[in-house]
Amino acid sequence: MTEHPTTAEQIDLDRLRSGDKAAFAQVVELYADRLYNLALKVSGDPFEAEDILQEAFISAYKNISRFEGRSNVGTWLYRITYNTALMRQRKKQPDTVSIDEPVQIDSGDMLPRQFFDWCCIPEKDLLTGEAIEYMGEAIQLLPESLKPVFILRDIEGLSTAEVGDTLDISTAAVKSRLHRARLFLRERLSEYFAERAAA
Amino acid sequence: MDKHTHHHEGGSSCHELLEGLSLYLDGDAEESLCREIEYHMKDCENCRVVVNTLAKTVELYHEHGKTQMPQEAKQRLFIALDLGDYMSSSE
Repeated sequence: MTEHPTTAEQIDLDRLRSGDKAAFAQVVELYADRLYNLALKVSGDPFEAEDILQEAFISAYKNISRFEGRSNVGTWLYRITYNTALMRQRKKQPDTVSIDEPVQIDSGDMLPRQFFDWCCIPEKDLLTGEAIEYMGEAIQLLPESLKPVFILRDIEGLSTAEVGDTLDISTAAVKSRLHRARLFLRERLSEYFAERAAA
Repeated sequence: MDKHTHHHEGGSSCHELLEGLSLYLDGDAEESLCREIEYHMKDCENCRVVVNTLAKTVELYHEHGKTQMPQEAKQRLFIALDLGDYMSSSE
């Protein structure tokens, strides 16, 4: 049994690098939820998300001695998890778009077309179980090049620099992709809430 | 904005301002851009809706977009990693 880990700063990197299982268990406890959230949203499948997480943590444990500490442990784990998810996806669908490929979106596709004003509807009316489910489905509709940027920055709350570090893209690319992802999702949610209001 | 793109007198078009909206919402926009957006929104209802619903989209996903790993899945993970002895006492 271990105590609950509390913060990333409390992780003993020396013990971790030496392969100490208790220290590794603390890291798993601290990051499992966050990495599961990333794996689930990238894959869209809870069973696949579990497999991604297992594979990612095994890979992290095997390579822990190579962790240099230039990024924090969390960013390092997010990167391993995302790369694991992507590799598994490529095996299943070889034509999967990579994060480092140019964003193939016509700028016209990002122009707002929905102007239904749902921002001030009280949350108890806005956020039904169905609406939360739709929010999850809308993420699955995001282009692959935008999805991880939005998940890491706006859902997980990483900084722009951390997202860039995790995905190995520039901060300018993070900002640009984040903006496109937000516009895309705003459009989907606006369609959904407009339809619901009209029903 | 496709149907209502217009220039306000002495100001920017909706389309021109669209690119800067995330910077504006994140507090990363230059002061001059903030002023332009706020000036533009005063008499552009559609842009006001876009800014407000964009901000709400970000807020909703930040507050309600996380999915917690089910306890059983976490237990399976610890066992698969041969860390069953280290599962925290809450599990």
